[in-house]
Amino acid sequence: MANEIQIHVNGEPRGWRDGDSVADLLKDLAIATERVAVELNLEILDRKDFGQRGLREGDRIEILGFIGGGCETKGEWDGRER
Amino acid sequence: MDANDRLTIAGHEFRSRLWVGTGKYKDFTETKKAIEASGADVVTVAVRRVNITDRSKENLLDYIDPKKYTILPNTAGCYTVEDAVRYARLARAAGISDLVKLEVIGDEKTLFPDTAGLIEAAKILIKEGFIVLPYTNDDPIVAKKLVDIGCPAVMPLAAPIGSGLGIRNPYNLKIIMETVKVPVIVDAGVGTASDAALAMEYGADAVLMNTAIAGAQYPIMMAEAMKYAVDAGRLAYRAGRIPRKLYATASSPIEGML
Repeated sequence: MANEIQIHVNGEPRGWRDGDSVADLLKDLAIATERVAVELNLEILDRKDFGQRGLREGDRIEILGFIGGGCETKGEWDGRER
Repeated sequence: MDANDRLTIAGHEFRSRLWVGTGKYKDFTETKKAIEASGADVVTVAVRRVNITDRSKENLLDYIDPKKYTILPNTAGCYTVEDAVRYARLARAAGISDLVKLEVIGDEKTLFPDTAGLIEAAKILIKEGFIVLPYTNDDPIVAKKLVDIGCPAVMPLAAPIGSGLGIRNPYNLKIIMETVKVPVIVDAGVGTASDAALAMEYGADAVLMNTAIAGAQYPIMMAEAMKYAVDAGRLAYRAGRIPRKLYATASSPIEGML
């Protein structure tokens, strides 16, 4: 049984299994990997690396996708780390 | 419309000269119907956090098929060069293309572009291989600078975003169209069909709007109106309007009168 660690996903604290990958997390969250971007500790990941990147204690992960928007869009995220 | 009258930007060919945003609609069904009614083949989207708590929420791209439309991600909501560059990179990572509508907003009240920041961000992104379509002010000098650094089109505003004021500075827009040798897409500030037609009559290569359609009382009807307006304006531009004259010129001959 993997050790329980704390990570942040889209700004929210979340328990996770030490070393399990970004791909595992997306699967647990039922998020299809196509058309999302993943940023791990401010580094944008290549989609083909999702399976290889294990998550560690304190990691901050952002999962982003496309929403309706024209010119100016008030969104949830202001782009800054919290 | 003339099927051969296509707009091409950096190797991307577009059928429609009306581009639309996808924000502010009541739901995805309305978004989809309005886009269909507009005839647009370019739609802008924003990049935001995926909702991880409620996965039942539908995705915009379930309604707007990226195989049918060119999805143009924007950097809306970005007030710094760093943020705009970060969002552009995220948009590319999310996997549509190298196209980005670059916005660096200068001020919350006017949402005018921070043109100094825009040029800086555009330089960084162009170096990284992005096709940068910059949302800019109606300033011919800035437009020229953006083209000089490698933007394959410029997107000057007609009026502040969502203001519906129409074209506030037609002469500047005309100067931009004469100055730059790349497509000019009039972006933001259009209020109704005549504004869109005017922009096209002045010689714009395309018009981008969101609020004018989404905020109308009947968005789908307005989307259709905008389609006709852009087509009519484009045809009128190509047809070549008559010059304005102060006095009358009779259309009927005098000859043969009693």
